[in-house]
Amino acid sequence: MSEVAIRAAGLSKLYPIGERGSYDTLRDTLATLLNRSFRRFPHRKKMTAENRASSKCFRLHSDGQHAESIWALKDVSFEVKQGEVVGVIGRNGAGKSTLLKILSRITEPTSGWAEIHGRVGSLLEVGTGFHPELTGRENIYLNGAILGMKKTEIDRKFDEMVDFAEIEKFVDTPVKRYSSGMYMRLAFSVAAHLEPEILLVDEVLAVGDAAFQKKCLGKMGAVAREGRTVLFVSHNMTAILNLCSRSILIDRGRVLEYGATSAVVDNYLRSVYVSTGQSLGQRQDRVGNRRIEFTGFQLLTGEGQPMAHAISGQDALLRFEYSASEKTVLRNVHVAVGVHGRNDENLFHLSTDVSVADFATIPPDGSFVCRIPRLPLQPGHYSFNLFCKVSGEIADWVQNAGVIEVAAGDFFNSGKLPPSDQGSLLLSHSWNVLPCAQVTDLSEQAGSSENTGFHVG
Amino acid sequence: MTSDTLLIKPSSGWVTLDLPALWEYRELLYFLTWRDIKVRYKQTALGVAWAVVQPLFLMVALSFFLGRLAKVPSDGSPYPVFVFSALLPWQLFAYALSQSSNSLVANDRLISKVYFPRLVIPVAAVLSGLIDFFIAFVLLFVLLFFYGIAPTTALWFLPIFVLFAMVTALAAGLWFSALNVRYRDVRYTIPFMTQGLLFISPVAYSSSLVPESWRWLYALNPMVGVIEGFRWALLGGSIRPGIELAVSASIVLILFIGGLFYFRRMERTFADVV
Repeated sequence: MSEVAIRAAGLSKLYPIGERGSYDTLRDTLATLLNRSFRRFPHRKKMTAENRASSKCFRLHSDGQHAESIWALKDVSFEVKQGEVVGVIGRNGAGKSTLLKILSRITEPTSGWAEIHGRVGSLLEVGTGFHPELTGRENIYLNGAILGMKKTEIDRKFDEMVDFAEIEKFVDTPVKRYSSGMYMRLAFSVAAHLEPEILLVDEVLAVGDAAFQKKCLGKMGAVAREGRTVLFVSHNMTAILNLCSRSILIDRGRVLEYGATSAVVDNYLRSVYVSTGQSLGQRQDRVGNRRIEFTGFQLLTGEGQPMAHAISGQDALLRFEYSASEKTVLRNVHVAVGVHGRNDENLFHLSTDVSVADFATIPPDGSFVCRIPRLPLQPGHYSFNLFCKVSGEIADWVQNAGVIEVAAGDFFNSGKLPPSDQGSLLLSHSWNVLPCAQVTDLSEQAGSSENTGFHVG
Repeated sequence: MTSDTLLIKPSSGWVTLDLPALWEYRELLYFLTWRDIKVRYKQTALGVAWAVVQPLFLMVALSFFLGRLAKVPSDGSPYPVFVFSALLPWQLFAYALSQSSNSLVANDRLISKVYFPRLVIPVAAVLSGLIDFFIAFVLLFVLLFFYGIAPTTALWFLPIFVLFAMVTALAAGLWFSALNVRYRDVRYTIPFMTQGLLFISPVAYSSSLVPESWRWLYALNPMVGVIEGFRWALLGGSIRPGIELAVSASIVLILFIGGLFYFRRMERTFADVV
């Protein structure tokens, strides 16, 4: 029983959307208020569930009629055990933040309930309540109090916070004079020293420069290892994969999946690409003058056989069907494919102009085929953007145009599969060992590695 | 662990005031009040002198036009002292009212990102008005000294009337701040309302001008009780607050308790609407 830290059952939240929904007129409200108080007082004891239900019904009904509303969360149920670090992922607007807001009591659920065992601290934003006129020192106290720390607790951690934020010299400077980096560091630092039993965190790692992000991530990892229960919302899949043992996937207010993080993240990424839904030809969210449109994508083996997924280390062909608006020959055509990894980071770019040359002429219908010898990708899903210029003008540009699924394969021909958690790219390489005396001859050695060194791949 | 169990579910019907939660967050109350005070006169040339300049200027103007020229009676006290002793609670009230009414909207980031009992916000706003009051209060004593008026033992009641002024401001502030979240009309109503209220409060004149049989009605404006009480505690004088004070106090009490419940009831939607 006491094992469970957070239990949610059927949590739902209805939000009105649109102007009409959020601001009813003062007159309307006064009228209903008057009405209600007249109804209530004579039979106050009788004002039971029945009565209340009817008034609620009326409201829902009128919501449906006039103002549109949306279930930001619908029937969300899950359990988090004590000491567990659980990731919450999903697209923007899926309901992740609403979930955290309900669990941290900022807003109430429309129906359902949740039970939390332990002192809760929530971080939906860093630097909430920072006042630009106050000094760093003053803001630490203010922000700490806002986040729920006691003054004695802040006193105790003060130096640590200042150290972590690297602002020793500016503690007594108003934060409006801070650089944005200093500001964010200070804000995160206060937040990072919050020590509740249960921590709800929303996307706060997206601050500061790369070095500081790394530091934040390290801090989060430390928090996770201390055995605290953490619910962690993020779009940063690396962070989720590193920190969370299990994850919840939320889509349009519902829990789609709850399980081991790697599986959930994989499914999420697939759903992101697939759920773009329509086939490439029907996509409307594209840029360009449409002299050419990409209409389809296929993965082929090196021999030209269609396949569902490519295999690491084997030749792969990417075939992009296209169709031109005018049925004439097109000149000077440039095609590029940008391939992205798990965190939407650019992995590599396949572009006609740098690798070979743009197509001088192409027929009005056909397909571009790109050959990748010995596909250097780890198993997983890789999304790509498609880009095409005709005669120097952008003809078609589609973000997230499709996904390349890659299955495990023996890239190095060594009879072993490369470890899958060490990055997405595979590179041919070789290793040598040299005795001390020979350090200077490396170039020669490298050149002749075929013969003397131990050769891989 | 289970002692800390927290149940989250939709609330319905009547709400409890849950004042213990407010006590638990007293440090936050302290820091928010302290922030409002700290920030108040940042980057102003006169700084905290503003707390003195405002009532002083009003006092001089009123003393000249109403006291000297219009010869408004002042119940036996020198008119400047008479006016100033009313301006103090009045400014405390007016400032606390406008600050607390706008407080929720001004702190919308806090409300939508962090949980704490929302009552902390308007209460802190009201408390921050005290600093100006104390500064101006020093000036009042200078004035008393200048006119050679010795305070009577009734002075001991003064804190009660200061509290009374603040509770009055908070009572209205609770209603207005909660309404302001939904209807920003409130923001425009407050200055206009405060101005109107100034004329129907015995600041520049004495409530002895009002016929005795109408005083109970006059005292429906709670500031009548506050100001007359304040003046009485400070200057003694003929009028001893009786029926007016009772009427004013009852009104404030009703407004205050009603405001607390209304605030608590609306509180749950603040984060969604603000």
